[in-house]
Amino acid sequence: MLQKTDHFDAAQRSPQPFRLPTGGVIDRGEARLFVFDGKTYRGYAGDTLASALLANGIRLVGRSFKYHRPRGILTAGSEEPNALVELRDGARREPNTKATVAELYDGLQATSQHRFPSLKFDLLEVNSLLSPIFAAGFYYKTFMWPASFWEKIYEPLIRRAAGLGRAAGLPDPDIYEKSTAFCDVLVIGGGEAGIAAALQAARSGSRVILCDEDFVLGGRAIGESASLAERIAELQAYPELKILRRTTVFGVYDGGTYGAVERVADHLLKPAPHQPRQRYWKIIAKTSVLATGATERPLVFGNNDRPGAMLSGAVSRYIHRFGVAPGKKAVVFANNDEVAGTLAALRDANIAVAAYVDPRAEISAALRQAATACGATVYTGAAIKTTLGRLAVTGVEIIPADGGVVKLDCDLLAMSGGWNPALQLTSHLDGKPVWDEKIAAFIPGSLPPGMQVTGAAAGDFTNPATQPLWQVRGATGKAFVDFQNDVTANDVKLAKQEGFTSVEHLKRYTTLGMATDQGRTANVNGLGLMAEITAKSIEQTGTTRFRPPYTPVALGALAGAHRGQHFKPRRLTPTHQWATAKNAVFVDAGMWLRAQYFPKPGETDWLQIVTREVTAVRNNVGICDVTTLGKIDIQGRDAAKFLERVYTNGWDNLKLGRARYGLMLREDGFVMDDGTTTRLGDTHYLMTTTTANAGKIFQHLEFCHQWLWPELDVRFISVTDQWAQIAIAGPNSRDTLRSIVDPQFDISNETLPYMGAQELTICDGLRARLFRLSFSGELAYELAVPAGFGNALAQKLMQAGEPFGITPYGTEALGVMRIEKGHPAGNELNGQTTAHDLGMAKLLSQKKDFIGRAMAARPALTDPNRPTLIGLRPVNRADRLRAGSHLLPPGAEAVAKNDQGFVTSVAYSPSLLHWVGLGLLAHGPSRLGEIIRVYDPVRNGDLLAEIVHPVFYDPEGVRLRG
Amino acid sequence: MRINCPYCGERGSEEFAYHGDATVTRPRDGGAGPNAAWIDYVYLRENPSGLHRELWYHASGCQSWLVVTRDLRTHAIARVELARSVALARMEPS
Repeated sequence: MLQKTDHFDAAQRSPQPFRLPTGGVIDRGEARLFVFDGKTYRGYAGDTLASALLANGIRLVGRSFKYHRPRGILTAGSEEPNALVELRDGARREPNTKATVAELYDGLQATSQHRFPSLKFDLLEVNSLLSPIFAAGFYYKTFMWPASFWEKIYEPLIRRAAGLGRAAGLPDPDIYEKSTAFCDVLVIGGGEAGIAAALQAARSGSRVILCDEDFVLGGRAIGESASLAERIAELQAYPELKILRRTTVFGVYDGGTYGAVERVADHLLKPAPHQPRQRYWKIIAKTSVLATGATERPLVFGNNDRPGAMLSGAVSRYIHRFGVAPGKKAVVFANNDEVAGTLAALRDANIAVAAYVDPRAEISAALRQAATACGATVYTGAAIKTTLGRLAVTGVEIIPADGGVVKLDCDLLAMSGGWNPALQLTSHLDGKPVWDEKIAAFIPGSLPPGMQVTGAAAGDFTNPATQPLWQVRGATGKAFVDFQNDVTANDVKLAKQEGFTSVEHLKRYTTLGMATDQGRTANVNGLGLMAEITAKSIEQTGTTRFRPPYTPVALGALAGAHRGQHFKPRRLTPTHQWATAKNAVFVDAGMWLRAQYFPKPGETDWLQIVTREVTAVRNNVGICDVTTLGKIDIQGRDAAKFLERVYTNGWDNLKLGRARYGLMLREDGFVMDDGTTTRLGDTHYLMTTTTANAGKIFQHLEFCHQWLWPELDVRFISVTDQWAQIAIAGPNSRDTLRSIVDPQFDISNETLPYMGAQELTICDGLRARLFRLSFSGELAYELAVPAGFGNALAQKLMQAGEPFGITPYGTEALGVMRIEKGHPAGNELNGQTTAHDLGMAKLLSQKKDFIGRAMAARPALTDPNRPTLIGLRPVNRADRLRAGSHLLPPGAEAVAKNDQGFVTSVAYSPSLLHWVGLGLLAHGPSRLGEIIRVYDPVRNGDLLAEIVHPVFYDPEGVRLRG
Repeated sequence: MRINCPYCGERGSEEFAYHGDATVTRPRDGGAGPNAAWIDYVYLRENPSGLHRELWYHASGCQSWLVVTRDLRTHAIARVELARSVALARMEPS
């Protein structure tokens, strides 16, 4: 922050020697203090950083990308390729900010970039002397060998030398918003043409949105038109017309959708509390009017990049809008009549004009008059050979029509190579601009649906007379085409010599137009130059099309509020509060946050905790929230018929109050999902899916019904969120439940056997569903209650089970027990396995059609050589198995051709007291008892294991039927 | 892209999930085996330069499956129908 004393001193030190006494739409009563490269300066409200720097006589603003050439301010808009600075500091530091659009605020801090160690003395300017190396294609030629040098030596070196400013490297402290808007007419650009279009639309009663990238409406008319304020006042009177200032429409998308970014608080020191820094607008417009104006082209001659060389339109703008003299003595070099305005502006500002230089042999009387009125000597049929000076222009050398060289002193060179309609947005949906000889520029070709173009963006210029000049013959020194990427006229010639004449090749070989400015001042000059040296027309040479974004967009704006935890919703289970109180450690499971395990005081080792939880379930009883499994309520006369078609196994004989395991395939024959479905009524079923696939399976069922079998009378609704479901597992689970299930319900083994289900009440009248399902292999139940009661149910169960030492268990213990029981889960249901691979071929019914039946019958899918589910037990029982290890014949070399499968899931089995694993192995089921090598190159594991049946624990299933 | 859902009106394409070709029909041979008709249905897809019929699912809306007729060159949508209506019409004996 600036201190009070700094304010005073700065005001004294900063007399703004280049500020004009009057004029401009700045507020001379409102000083704004700012810091550039550590020094404090003064500007006014209404300035940009660029205009304030110019007012203070600062002309050297940065160094160029490749050659570290001194650079100043070329433009007065968002097309600026030179004056790029790091704005702000700390976490808000933003590199490559254009000084020409950065609105000045009190306390603004900016630092020049690409210079080492300082702006005025840059050691890397030596790159300029090495330019034969850095010429077009230098990446491809110079740094080729040895290849290993690229990553470690060449790239870091080039990055340091080139660099594009430094990113903050800290989390973005600001917030961003997204907003959607609808309108009849979207007007893009708030200059004369845009204001006229918006007024016309508003007068006819249309809902209008007018977006302008500037912070003041009016475009080039700002400070130049007396009636502008009236028209803006009329605009503001329409209630259905929304004006978005500081808003850049950066992209056009299908269906009349436009992307825009509003810089809500970039003109403030920092956003107000809860104020977004930027807002991303998605605008859906029935029609749009593109009124983005035109962008001026530089001229290509020697040292045309030196600070003090400025586009002629920018010169007018600094004078008329900002009340700043960009120099004290000017030379004007142009090939078109539009420059008359700049000559008039220089005259208004009493800036001496030493010469007007024009390559045309004949110029109009009006233009000649405008030049002589400033006292300029007029040179026609002439050109500028080079600028003179080092860190700023001190003079020029002119090549007059009659030969020789005229040397003139000046500190400002206003140049104009003609104007390009800013038609970028017209080509976002593949529109192809067309060349217009009359104005020597591309004009919009085919337009996005609903778009019209008006004003200069359509090529409608006030003074269209121009004669293209793509390069000055006889120029000396580097003549830049692309200022931001340091591409010179010689680079374009080199590209031609080496055969890269197509526009797309030219662009990629030289990097012309590939900087963050997307070549807005460079592309047409590059194209014109290539056309000239290949002696082709512009049409034959081609055109470039544009992609979004029109100007760079911060990723933060596109992300909006969706970052960090808000990137996707986090779903909490109904028992989350209870689990938190029980000291649970949580894990992300899909979009859910689930309890992974429940450490007791003093327990630090997860394996120890999980082992305790498993042991408690196996010996007594435990509870685990299983709400996250997808639950789909299925009803209708044809529900059973429908289940027959989506599951591989049979469903027509499932009795009321019974559940069944079901397997689903994709239509290509691979396993998609599994789960149980319970018949709750004659025509009423409840399906469960895996946690991960809940949404996908619901979508699949709707697809099957709506698209494949619309004749079936069946409907679905997801009830995952409606029911809390808790597993109660272990030999004492029935006794635990007995004390909370209302006494009139019989839950004995006879009434509620394994795979049975009952609708009943608990805790004196609460509606519940009790399923006798077991994932753990023990006598077990899943109890479902309306979701709001889930947390209370967990507490009730803990009380009911207290006499048995009831233990909460998490997803880890759940996983250990399913591996002990050999149940395939996510690691095995990986989208690449078949029913045959998982030992479930018997679930493929031969009696009916089902999704995936035909393709599952492909011989390769049942080839016994396919890796098939097996269990693994380490030969040395102390060895630890690792998931992901490869399975190889013992003694075989560890190479891909000997690979026979891999380990999918492992767990330490508290029941067997050693590690167990599941894996997929070629010919697996016929190799039980064989010893195999388990090779884990990632973690240096190499051990032997015995191939066993995948069910390690209670293979007869006695316990779960108890 | 904007899709005019018959139930929900015109909505942004980010609300929809794309499925694919709506011109292929599931063989009605009871899943007889991996014959040519099944291979065509599961794997073979046209990529016409012009109008195409595609299945979209209004995942963040009414859960309807839709048949969208769309020009693959311009993304212009010519027609949106309920997949269920199209499927029922297809089943009627012609």
